[in-house]
Amino acid sequence: MTREPHLHRDGTWVGASVPRREDPRLLTGRGRFVDDIRLPGMLHAAFVRSTEAHARIASVDLSAVREVPGVVAAFSAADLGLHDIVALLDRPLHEFVPTAMPVLAKDKVRFVGEPIAIVVARDPYAAEDGREAAVVEYEPLPPITSDSAALAEGAALVHEEAPRNTLVDVSLFATEGIDEVFAAAHTVVEVRARTGRQNALPLETRGAVAEWDDRDEQLRVHTCTQVPHQVRTVLAASAGLDEKEVRVIVPDMGGGFGLKCVVGREEIATAAAALRLRKPVKWIEDRSEALTASFLAREQRYTVRAAFDADGRIQALDADVVCDMGAYSCYPFTAGIEPLMASAEMPGVYKVPAYRVRGRAVTTNKAPTAPYRGVSRPQYVMVMERVMEKAARALGIDPVELRRRNVITEFPYRGVNDVTYDPGSYKESLDLCEQVLRDEGWFDRRGSDPAIGIGFACFSERTGYGSGAFAQRKMAVVPGFDVSEIRMDLDGTVSVTTGTLSHGQSHETTMAQIVADRLGIPYDKVKIVQGDTDRVLYGWGSFASRSITIGGSAAAASAEKLGERLRVIAAHLMDVDVESTELDGAGGVRAGDRRLSFTEIAEVAYLRSHLLPKDVEPGLSATASFDVGGDGTFSNATHAAVVRLDPGTGGVEILRYVCVEDCGVAINPKVVEGQARGGIAQGIAGALFEEVRYDDAGQPLAASFMEYKVPTAAEIPDVRIEHLETPCAFTANGAKGAGEGGTIGAPAAVLNAVNDALRHTGVELDDTPIPREAIFRALERAAEPALEAR
Amino acid sequence: MKPASFEFHRARSRAGAVELLTELADGDPKIIAGGQSLVAMMNFRLARPGHLVDITGIDDMTGIEVDGDRLRIGALTTHRTVEKAGLGVLSAAMRWVGHLPIRTRGTVGGSIAHADATAEWCMLAVLLDARIRVLGPAGSREIAAGEFFHGPFWTALEPDELIVEIVFPWPLPPAALTEYADRKGDFALVAAAVDLDRERTVLGGVGPVPLLVDSLDAEEIAAGLDVRDEPGVSAHYRRGLARTLVRRAVAEASP
Repeated sequence: MTREPHLHRDGTWVGASVPRREDPRLLTGRGRFVDDIRLPGMLHAAFVRSTEAHARIASVDLSAVREVPGVVAAFSAADLGLHDIVALLDRPLHEFVPTAMPVLAKDKVRFVGEPIAIVVARDPYAAEDGREAAVVEYEPLPPITSDSAALAEGAALVHEEAPRNTLVDVSLFATEGIDEVFAAAHTVVEVRARTGRQNALPLETRGAVAEWDDRDEQLRVHTCTQVPHQVRTVLAASAGLDEKEVRVIVPDMGGGFGLKCVVGREEIATAAAALRLRKPVKWIEDRSEALTASFLAREQRYTVRAAFDADGRIQALDADVVCDMGAYSCYPFTAGIEPLMASAEMPGVYKVPAYRVRGRAVTTNKAPTAPYRGVSRPQYVMVMERVMEKAARALGIDPVELRRRNVITEFPYRGVNDVTYDPGSYKESLDLCEQVLRDEGWFDRRGSDPAIGIGFACFSERTGYGSGAFAQRKMAVVPGFDVSEIRMDLDGTVSVTTGTLSHGQSHETTMAQIVADRLGIPYDKVKIVQGDTDRVLYGWGSFASRSITIGGSAAAASAEKLGERLRVIAAHLMDVDVESTELDGAGGVRAGDRRLSFTEIAEVAYLRSHLLPKDVEPGLSATASFDVGGDGTFSNATHAAVVRLDPGTGGVEILRYVCVEDCGVAINPKVVEGQARGGIAQGIAGALFEEVRYDDAGQPLAASFMEYKVPTAAEIPDVRIEHLETPCAFTANGAKGAGEGGTIGAPAAVLNAVNDALRHTGVELDDTPIPREAIFRALERAAEPALEAR
Repeated sequence: MKPASFEFHRARSRAGAVELLTELADGDPKIIAGGQSLVAMMNFRLARPGHLVDITGIDDMTGIEVDGDRLRIGALTTHRTVEKAGLGVLSAAMRWVGHLPIRTRGTVGGSIAHADATAEWCMLAVLLDARIRVLGPAGSREIAAGEFFHGPFWTALEPDELIVEIVFPWPLPPAALTEYADRKGDFALVAAAVDLDRERTVLGGVGPVPLLVDSLDAEEIAAGLDVRDEPGVSAHYRRGLARTLVRRAVAEASP
């Protein structure tokens, strides 16, 4: 297929909304996802799962399972003898209690849905028939189903080694004299907020196809993970294999959103079963399992006070954050992921001079948690933006003006949270967002319709966490760098590896754009290689908006190194100084009016290597790595939602959504907009729709989309996106991360808009998802005097 | 989410379907048409029929016909067909039935047989005094909608009977149906349908079967509801929704 070039106005690929190279195959059903992989003789797995939230396992009897027609094998923990998965923080025991997650439950179950045994059968139907025949005897223990129950005196222990069910208890910051600041403050506002437990809900559920390959002497696992190398490490350790004996391959992925950036148990068990049986085994998680037994996120409770002076300037922030992390600590991030993120980043875009925070992770008898797009930031931003709105109301200052007085405007800014913020457009994004709403007439409509409310959210997001930033969190396993290998073949086309992994973000396109510019070749001459532990040197995968900032920078560095190599060879062949050569932007090296094309250079490098300079090795390849030395780079945005409430039902309609975002230089603006729109939809889901609830016995109440109310296209409004551009000084092309921002801003914007529409009622709502009944009651009560007057 | 094992049969005629139901009576047979509720329940193994009798191959159970003072809707007629048929309240109410793909596959008879208390067809049948015509081994009979629904998924239909058509009085009165759910296309939290001629209201979501009330007075209807607080939905809220929805239905039905 030939394509028109879609060059940016400066003649570069970066900055151009070139078509996504993934789209032709994905849109015509020719993608290859895990479930599309069908191997000869492949068997199918299903899991026997706990029906109890908290119990000792008295016995597991799989004998009847093995009698079910079509069942080939069934294994319990005792049968497979796998090592547990343990995630560590480098912190003392009073701050972090390490706990183990067995691949299959052994002596105890800790949530409904926990895998106890794996059943392998000729087809998925027989596997489920087999699962039904398992007999598990439980000795029930008291279920712990909330953070407050977990912390209660004398509560049953989910993990015996963790007193008060507390896995993480860290007080990261405590500015001296902060109590005096509160005592002397003109105004103190308080926010108590609870956010609902959510499922990141990738369209493609988890899954794996595993087989032992005698030819390669390898356990080959096709699985949809964001972190293939980490899966390899855990699988090898768990199954007692060398890392060289494990190959993890990631095909196309239908989303991950963080849920797949931790190592799951079912993938390991599936691979172990394949190893044991020496036959290919497939496991595809069904939606019911995905909702109840995968990884959840976001259930947090905030108690926050903020002190303001009479002009509305924030003077101090005091926060207590409790995160209900469920039954297990996830690998590699641990149960610290949410409380540490909230603690480290909460001051956000505001000039907070004094800060105190305590962050805790408690363990409960619910499905465990993993990072989910934004990780705590949707929650603490929501709380901070509630702080701003409440202060604005208390002080009689316009809420946008109050933010303007508090946002960081001079960069670099050293925050009270020991973080240096690189330049951003906090105030500019506020101004533009407000201007867009004004121009579209929304403030006028709000003035004439009391049911309409407008809410803002102004935030930044640290992206491109390097190893230094993760080390500061005291992770025992420290992600951060990326390394890229690049190779030019005889025809001048290029293959480049990245340790990051696109699971929907189109790295095949955007990374190719970055590399194409570096070498001066069309972006479709660049192939991105990712998601294969045998083909990629090493990688931390994709999460925390790190792919373009770190992976893209590593790819750029390897391309530049290759470019230098091309120049060295060309200089030698043309008999000129290297310094006098340059890449000509058209697939060649130029020196004055002389030129060698890349194919001519490649021919020498591969086919006539005797012509190479003495100190240059044959072939055309290079390897380079990249890490962010400092505190990362901060993307930022201002979001605004306009809502109308229905007094008759409590219903919420989002009339308009505006996002002014700044992710530095957008490598591909269309891709950035896609990320923003999808993120905003997930943020709206958190604000208004989704929650995984449990009953008092610890039974999950959402096992299908009937109960788990993921919004559809009908609930998501049209989104207007405006771009600002504050380039990052230390990433390739000045790009900042763009993967998570949409999700971060939306809950705050929607919650503030709903509260603005409740401005006549005296009621403020701070919990999400916002209960419609609470809106209904607030409006009903406010309307009562009017009814009486009539 | 894979169903338990079952045997599949395809009926070629109404009589053939009844014969299969009789013949397979000991093996827990179940009729399948659009499958929009049954298949989901089977995938969760909440329904485990031993036999499925597919009636979609029967060619004389589809269609809409005005027959004097009766409007006859074949049981296999899809919601979408009714939606596009210009049949007043019946067509207008179809916008509340799930989403477009569901309306395109789901059938009128299937919805009546499934007997969800918030299902639009069950409410409309009770509101408008429809009659459910069924065929069994002893021949056909008509059951008044008011006597058809016994509880969730529980009707007057015998295990060996097949719903053949739904018969509404014609012409249709000025009437309307409206609902509330947080998400479009969901089962309603509360639904209300009104018939202005006979001044009656049917509510869904307030009891095990569609509730018929001989009134159009929203306040009175809401106050009289026998509803209890449930997790996430108080009785007060449910009454409030009923009040709002009755008002809105009356407004929509009014010329």
